[in-house]
Amino acid sequence: MSLPGPWLGGSPAAPLIPPISPHRHLLLGGQRGHVAALDWQTKSLLCEINVMETVTDITWLHTETMFAVAQRRWLYVYDNQGVELNCLKRFNGVLRMEFLPYHFLLATASETGFLQYLDISVGKEVATICTRGGRLGVMGQNPANAIVHLGHSNGTVTLWSPNVKEPLVRMLCHQGGVRAVAVDSSGTYMATSGLDRKLRVYDLRAYQPLQSLVLPVGAGHLSFSQRGLLAAACGDVVQPPHKPYLSHTLPRAAHSLRFCPFEDVLGVGHGSGFTSLLVPGAGQANFDALENNPFRSQKQRQEWEVKALLEKIPSELITLDPGQLGRVDAITMEQKHQERVERLGFDPQAKPAFQPRRKLKGRSSAGSLLRRKKKVANEEQRTKIRKSLEQQQAPEREPKAAPRAQRPALDRFKK
Amino acid sequence: MRVKVLSRNPDDYIRETKQDLQRVPRNYDPALHPFEVPREYMRALNATKLERVFAKPFLASLDGHRDGVNCMAKHPQSLSTVLSGACDGEVKIWNLTKRECIRTLQAHEGFVRGICTRFCGTSFFTVGDDKTVKHWKMDGPGYGGEEEPLHTILGKTVYTGIDHHWKEPVFATCGHQVDIWDEQRTSPICSLTWGVDSISSVKFNPVETYLLGSCASDRNIVLYDMRQSTPLKKVILDMRTNTLCWNPMEAFIFTSANEDHNLYTFDMRFLESPVMIHIDHVSAVLDVDYSPTGKEFVSASFDKSIRIFPVDKGRSREVYHTKRMQHVITVKWTYDNKYILCGSDEMNIRLWKANASEKLGVLVPRERAAMNYNQKLKEKFQHHPQIKRIARHRHLPKAIYSQAKELRIMREARRRKELNRRKHSKPGSSPFVSEKKKHIVAVVK
Repeated sequence: MSLPGPWLGGSPAAPLIPPISPHRHLLLGGQRGHVAALDWQTKSLLCEINVMETVTDITWLHTETMFAVAQRRWLYVYDNQGVELNCLKRFNGVLRMEFLPYHFLLATASETGFLQYLDISVGKEVATICTRGGRLGVMGQNPANAIVHLGHSNGTVTLWSPNVKEPLVRMLCHQGGVRAVAVDSSGTYMATSGLDRKLRVYDLRAYQPLQSLVLPVGAGHLSFSQRGLLAAACGDVVQPPHKPYLSHTLPRAAHSLRFCPFEDVLGVGHGSGFTSLLVPGAGQANFDALENNPFRSQKQRQEWEVKALLEKIPSELITLDPGQLGRVDAITMEQKHQERVERLGFDPQAKPAFQPRRKLKGRSSAGSLLRRKKKVANEEQRTKIRKSLEQQQAPEREPKAAPRAQRPALDRFKK
Repeated sequence: MRVKVLSRNPDDYIRETKQDLQRVPRNYDPALHPFEVPREYMRALNATKLERVFAKPFLASLDGHRDGVNCMAKHPQSLSTVLSGACDGEVKIWNLTKRECIRTLQAHEGFVRGICTRFCGTSFFTVGDDKTVKHWKMDGPGYGGEEEPLHTILGKTVYTGIDHHWKEPVFATCGHQVDIWDEQRTSPICSLTWGVDSISSVKFNPVETYLLGSCASDRNIVLYDMRQSTPLKKVILDMRTNTLCWNPMEAFIFTSANEDHNLYTFDMRFLESPVMIHIDHVSAVLDVDYSPTGKEFVSASFDKSIRIFPVDKGRSREVYHTKRMQHVITVKWTYDNKYILCGSDEMNIRLWKANASEKLGVLVPRERAAMNYNQKLKEKFQHHPQIKRIARHRHLPKAIYSQAKELRIMREARRRKELNRRKHSKPGSSPFVSEKKKHIVAVVK
C-alpha cells in the first residue's frame, strides 16, 4: 500500500523518516521540515506541522503523546498536537536519535562526535560523551541491554554505555566506512553494512562474524523485525538479503526503514513518500498487554505510564550484561571476607580442627583416637593434593594452543 | 493472490461496553520482557522504600494508671483483654478494641509484683509487696458489689513473681524460694531452692508443661521439673538475668533477658553455650515475650525502647520508641501475632503493631496479591547494598544512638587490643574463646 501524501507538497527531494511507536502510531518527517503524526491503523491524523528547518531525525518518546525532532540547530520536543514543548539547546547538530524505552533515555549522536543521553522523565542530561569518532551518522540500539552502537567511517562499530567515557567494545566490521547498523530484538545478532558493499552478521555474545554477503549495491539502511527478519534498503530495492525472501523496488531511493511492531508490515520512507510493504512472518503474533498493547485505551495508557515511570531503570545499570545484578558478586565477597579475617584475627568460616568423638567401651583409647585423627588428616591432604594437581594441569593445556598459531614460518621445514 | 499475514480484529482486543473489564492478553515469553532483573530490582527498591513510608507502628496509648506499670498478663481466651498491675497496687483490666479500662481493683498495698491468668481464662492471680497471693474472678462484681478476691493466701516473705501452669490447677510463686501451690490449698505442695539469693521470676514451659525456669539474683538461671521435688540444673552467667520466656513452639528453647544489655537464647539440653546471643540494646533488658509463632520475640529495656528480634539472628529487626515512653518495664506479644503491648514507667500502656508497615483490616484480593509480590521481591533482593541500607534504616533517639556508637567503639578497641596481645605473644598461648562461651561462667547439674 502506498500512501500518496498530500503533505508532500510537491517537494521531490524530501526523503521521509518513519519511526513507528510501539503503539501503532506513525511519525513521518521530511527533510525540508514537514512532520506528521498519525494513527497508522485508523489513518487518523494526529498533527501535521512544518518546523521550518532541516529535519535530520525524528522519534517517538515513551508514548504517542510526545515526539522529538532533531532539527538542524537544536533538538525540539513536540506534543502530538504539534505544540512545541521543549527546545534543547545543549543538543546541537544532532544527526541520529535512539530512544531507550525502559530507561526513559534519549540517546543522540551529533555531527561533532558527541553522544549525549537525555533523561526525558526528569528532563536532565545524564551523560555527554566525546566519542572522538568524527561525524556520527550511523546509530543503532541493542534492545536487550540498551547499549548504543555507533558506526564510524573507519569501518569500526563501537558500543557505548552512558556510564563509561570510553567505548565498551570496539569492533572492526568493514574495510570501508560503516553505512548501517541494526541489532535484533533478542540482542544476539548485529547486522552491519559498509561501503565495501558487504553485509555482515555478527554474534554479539562472542563478537564473532557469522555471515558475510556481497551486495551489488551496498545496503544503506537495515532493520530487524520482531521475529528476526532483516530488511535491507539497497538503493531503491528493499529486500531481506541472505535468502531473497521478498524484494520490492521503490520509485525513488529509500531513506528509512522500520518494521511495524506487531504487524507483518514494513514501512519505508523514500524520495516520493511513504510506502508500507506486507512481509508475512515479520511481526510477533501474540503481544503481552502489560508490556505493549496496541489496542490500549487512554486510561490503560495512563496507568501503564505511571507503572513504567516507577519501574524506570536508572542509567547506572546499563551494562553489556543486563542480568549482572542477579549474580553473586564473588570478588566483593572475597574482599569482604579478607577484611573480616584481618579485623577479627581468625577466619570465622574456617572449619574447626577435627576432634574425634569420645566413644565408650574402650573404643577411645589413645591409639584409636590417634588413628581416627590421622585418617581425617590424610583424607584432607589427599583432596588438597588432588586440587593442586588439577590447577597445575589446567594452565598446562592452554599454552599448547597458543604456540600453534604463533609458529614461525620456517617451522614447516623442520622435520 | 492470497497472502497470509497477521490480521487482528479489534473487537477481539477491545472491550464491548464500559461495564466490562479490559481485555489483557498475556504472553510470558521472556523475549518480550527484556531487562527482567533490573526491573525487578527497581520494583524491590520501591517496595522497600514504601515499606519504610508506611511503617507507622504506634496505635494507641492506654491511659489510666496512677503509677508505673509493673506487670502485664494476657487473657488466654480473649484477644481484646489485657490485665496490668501498677506500682501502687492497682490492677486494671483493659478492652483493647475500645482502648479503655473496663475494670479497676485495688489489689495490694505496695507494688503488684506479678500477675498471671489461669489457663481457662475465668480467673487470675496477683502477688504483691504485702506478702499475699490473691485469686480474683475475671468477671467483675455485679452492680453494687465490692471488689473482693476469691481467695487470699498470706505468706511469710515477699513474693516477687507468679506463673500459672498451662494445663493443671497449679501455680508457682517465687521470692525467697520457688513454691509450687495447688489452687485449693493454702500452703505450697513443694518448695524448691538452690542457692542463697532471692529469685526474681518464674515461668512454666508451655509445651512440656511440667518444666519451669527461674532467674535468681545470684546471676543464675535454674530449671526445675515439677514431678521431682529437686531442681534439674542451673547455668551461671556473668550478670543477673531479669526474666526469661519459653518458646511456645520449641519445647526446650528459652530466652533470658540479662542485665548486660543482651538476651541469651538457650537450649535447655545444652546449657554450656547459648544458641544465640542477641545484642542490640544499650541498657539492661527488663522483659522478654515470644510471638505465638515462636519465630520472633520482643524485648523491653531500660533504655526506653522495645526491640523485636528473630530467634535465629543476633540483631534486632525493629526498634520502637517514643519521646513520651520512659523505661519500659514489661512487654507482651498478643496471641494473634499482630500487636505488641508495652507497659512503662510513666503509667502508660502502649499498643504497637508487630509488623510496622502492615495494613490492618481486611485486604482485598488484589491488595493481598500485591503485598505478597512485594514481600517476595524484598526477600529476593534483600542482600543488595542499596536495598539493605534502606530496609535496615531506623531512626533512633539521640541517647540510644550515641550510646550504641560508644559501645561499638569500646568493643572494637577491646578486640584490637586482644588481637595485638595475641600477635605479640607465643602462638597458641591465648586461645580464641567464642563470644557465646564468654558470658557463661558455669553449668551445674
